[in-house]
Order: sequence, then C-alpha cells, then structure tokens
Amino acid sequence: MSDASLSFASIAELSAMLETGEVSSVELTRHFCNRIDQYDGCINSFITRCEEQALASALAADQRRSSGDATPLTGIPIAHKDIFCTQGIKTSCASRMLDNFVPPYSATVVSKLDAVGTVTLGKVNMDEFAMGSSNETSFYGPVANPWDRTRVPGGSSGGSAAAVAAGLVPFATGTDTGGSIRQPASLCGITGLKPTYGRVSRLGIIAFASSLDQAGPMTRTAEDAAIVLSAMSGIDPGDSTSADVPVPDFRALLNADIRGLRIGVPQEYFNADLSVEVGDTIHAALAELEAAGAQLVDISLPHTHEGIATYYVIAPAEASANLSRYDGVRFGHRCDNPIDLNDLYERSRSEGFGDEVQRRILVGTYALSAGFYDAYFKKAQQVRRIIANDFKQAFEQVDIIAGPAAPGVAFKHGDKAADPLTMYMEDVYTLSVNLAGLPGMSIPAGFINGLPLGLQLIGKAFDEQTLLNTGHCFQQRTTWHRSQPDMTRLTA
Amino acid sequence: MSVTPTDVAQVAQLARLKIQDTALEDVTERFGRILDLVNELHNVDTHNVEPMSNPHDMTQRLRPDTVTETNQRAQLQSVSPAVEEGYFLVPKVID
Repeated sequence: MSDASLSFASIAELSAMLETGEVSSVELTRHFCNRIDQYDGCINSFITRCEEQALASALAADQRRSSGDATPLTGIPIAHKDIFCTQGIKTSCASRMLDNFVPPYSATVVSKLDAVGTVTLGKVNMDEFAMGSSNETSFYGPVANPWDRTRVPGGSSGGSAAAVAAGLVPFATGTDTGGSIRQPASLCGITGLKPTYGRVSRLGIIAFASSLDQAGPMTRTAEDAAIVLSAMSGIDPGDSTSADVPVPDFRALLNADIRGLRIGVPQEYFNADLSVEVGDTIHAALAELEAAGAQLVDISLPHTHEGIATYYVIAPAEASANLSRYDGVRFGHRCDNPIDLNDLYERSRSEGFGDEVQRRILVGTYALSAGFYDAYFKKAQQVRRIIANDFKQAFEQVDIIAGPAAPGVAFKHGDKAADPLTMYMEDVYTLSVNLAGLPGMSIPAGFINGLPLGLQLIGKAFDEQTLLNTGHCFQQRTTWHRSQPDMTRLTA
Repeated sequence: MSVTPTDVAQVAQLARLKIQDTALEDVTERFGRILDLVNELHNVDTHNVEPMSNPHDMTQRLRPDTVTETNQRAQLQSVSPAVEEGYFLVPKVID
C-alpha cells in the first residue's frame, strides 16, 4: 500500500494491515508524524506533539501484536483533544490559564485507549475551555479547515476534526457539550459521535458544563466510531455520573440493514433559518436512507429554538462553578507580584482566561446569583425538562431522528468571531441533544461549493448502536466520507 | 431588563474577574445582548415542571467512606505556582 493511501485509510483498514504485517505500528507512527511535519504548519491542529513517546508506544504495540495479544486499536495512532488530561504531557485546554499544566494523572478515556495500545501522537487544538464553535478562541491560535484554509474547522473540537480530515491521524478524541464533536465533524467532512450522557467517563476531562459534557470518537467512518466507542465507554468508579449500562461490542453488532427503521424528521430543523442548499443536501441524504428501506416520519420538536436560551444559561452557570477552581493558588497561571489575595485571584483569572471564557463566567455567575437564580437557572432547568420530554414523545413514534448538524458549511475566519450571538446559533441543531442527554452523530452527507456538510442522527438514550448502524448503512451506499481535501491547494 | 455597567462590574467582582474600565462599556453591551437572548426562556410556560439537573434524572452513586488513595501530595503539588513544606504559598492575608 502506498504512503498516500495510508493517510486516509480507516482504522478498520489499518488494523487489518497491522494484523497481516503489511505495515508496522512504528511505520504508521513515522508516516503520520511526517504528515504532521508536512502539513500542520498550515493547519495548526497540534498544540503539543510527543513523537518520541509515540515511537516507544508503537514499538510496544508491535511487540504486543506479535505475541498475539492485540486488539483492533493496538498500534493505531491517535491524537487527544487538549482537554483530556495526559499524565506527563502538557494539557492546556487551549488556555493561557493552563499553559504550564502537566497533569499528574490521565483521564479515564486516555488510560482506556492506552490500555488497548493506541499510540498518542500529541494533543490537538480546540476552543479555549471548549467554549466556541470555530476554534478561534484558542490561546494557541486558530485552526484552518483542510478543505479551505481561509475557513474555520468548527469547534470546539476543531483541531481533532481538522487533523482527521487532513489525514494527519486516523482518529482523534473529542468532547461535546453543545455540539463540539458534531459541528466540527460536519464542517470538516468526518464522522463524529457524541455518546449518551454517562456512556463515557468524564474523569480527567477538564470540566466545562458537567451535566452536558461527553467525550466521543472523531473518525472517518461509522465502523471506526463503533470500534473506538466500545474502547472508550463504561462505568468508572471515578465518575459518579458514568452510567452502569453494559457496553456492547458495537462493531460486532453493526448491521447495515435499516429496512423498516423509522426516521423522524423534525420540521423545526428545516425552517427559514436553514439555507436552501443545506436543506437540499440533507433531504438528499434522507432520500438515500429512504431508498435503503427506512421510513421518514414528520415529527415536531417544538422547543428547538428555546434550546439556545436554555443552553446559554445552564452551560455558563455550570462553567462559572467549574472554572472557579482556577484561582492562581494550586495550579495554573498566577499573576506576577500580587498585592493581596484578591488581587491574586482577579489578575490571575483575568490574565489567564480569554474573552469568551470570561463572558461565559460572567453570564453564569449572574444566572446563579441571589435574586436571579429562580428566574434564570431554575427556569432553564425547567425548560430543559420540557425539551427532554419533546424528544421522549418523538421517540414514541420513531427509532431515530435526523436533520442537519449545523446551519451551514464552514465559514470564513473572523466572520462570526466579533458577535458571540451569531456564533451561538451554530449549535442550534445540536445543543438540545446535550440538554436531553441523548447520543448524536454527524456523518458526511454531501458538499456545497466544495465544502463538506454533515447529516445529524439523534438516538434514544444508550442506543448508539442504531446511530452507528444507520451511519454504516449510509456509508455503504455513499462515498462522501471517502472524499479527501486537496493537500496541494492547502499548502499553496 | 437591561443591565448597567455597575451591574456587570458587580458580577465581575463576584466572579473574581477584573474588567478594565475601558472595556466595561463593551462587555456590558454584549452581556446585555446575551441576556436578551436567554430571556426567551420566559416565553415558555413552566408551571409545575420539575427542574432537570441530570438528563437521566440519575442520582449520584455513593461509595463507602473509606480511604482509597495514597498520599500524592508531592506529585500533585509539582504543578503548583508556589509551595513550601507542603503548603501553598499566597500573599499575606492577615497582618
């Protein structure tokens, strides 16, 4: 197999090649490190690289495979979003606040993937503290979309999405609080799965909004997402919100036969805010699923619009509490020459956090403050239940729900950064899924003017299998997920 | 409901953030627009609706109150800005 075809091969394909000995993990690791050397100067997807450690892990993975003890992921290179704590490797959350933070422990997700033998190439860029939809709030600079470097990759897992889309790594981890896996997956033309809340341990994932955060795989195919999800998932004594639900072998259970599957199409996802081109592309994807034997059912999620207001109370409120730990005392950025303790707190925090993070802390503090708690935080939690009930009712009629993952394709750098409200609308189709705690996935569904667009699939709680099956079926019938960006144009 | 720069400065003080005087007008304007957005919540009738804090209405598991970890103070303090003999150093609080 040529070097070029290695770059965009799926995990399943690379795994088969490792198994036959066609390629070794050390060779794969060298190959992807070279790709990063060659292209990441234009993309800026990596914050930290760890090539030396990666080669040592690759060597160990090759030995493990030769002793007959391999899993499908043994020896496969990976990048972790820089929100996952990695013992001994800087974990910045793309913030000046944590620019000097080298965690003394690893996230459960990282430990689990280490244990099956993945090879960590480095830590990838993101919006600061996962707050953003364009990867423009990173302390380490914006990430370019490999399909057009003048455009954003989406966010907050923009580095993960861009690295996979550019063939710099076969897969990456991401986290999704309001759409941060699915929206960048849509904008970069890859497959991104946000599991059910509780499916994956949050231990060691730097907290943004604890009742919404969930980690998931960002891959080329639904089959790869199935492989990775099984390895990431499971109850963890270190996360008391992780769910005591059995983890299936999602890949073994993959079934591309979706005849009779009832797919709900929410009318609110196709209103006047959605451009004609996006609507047409999504309808064409739905028609493909219908041709595969699924049945499309019109449904209503009446509080879709109010989801934005609900999310922008609950997420900042939880963030303001979570980010109170950054006080300049125990770890993270500390200002120079503090006059007194209050000065230490205020200057360390104001110097350490960027504008969007400070904005959300302010909104969250306001929503939780005396006199406003009932009007904002409690009210938002009540509307959250109404939104969750909308989904429950819809799932009485259908097996999954489908629609756009984002309102449009990748936009230009700077186009939305000046106005936080415009940016917040990027997540209009994704954030209610987090409020309801459901699994959601974006799969490549077509192109508009050369830019990829994702179809979002939303499932019942803990029914990731149906999402994966539907995605797998779609990818058996289409080639959108096999499209590659023009790397010569990228570097031109 | 509109917010004033004084309101925002007070919230910033609660959040231990320092907003430069020159930025306060701008921060207040954006803050006000976000409040306008979230005020759409008040269009929804939530009479008798129980607030939802966990999407699966799960309560958190408890474990027996026993020691499960060994002392890792030195390791955990290795990332601290200023420590001495196991203590975190901060500016003098009491004269």
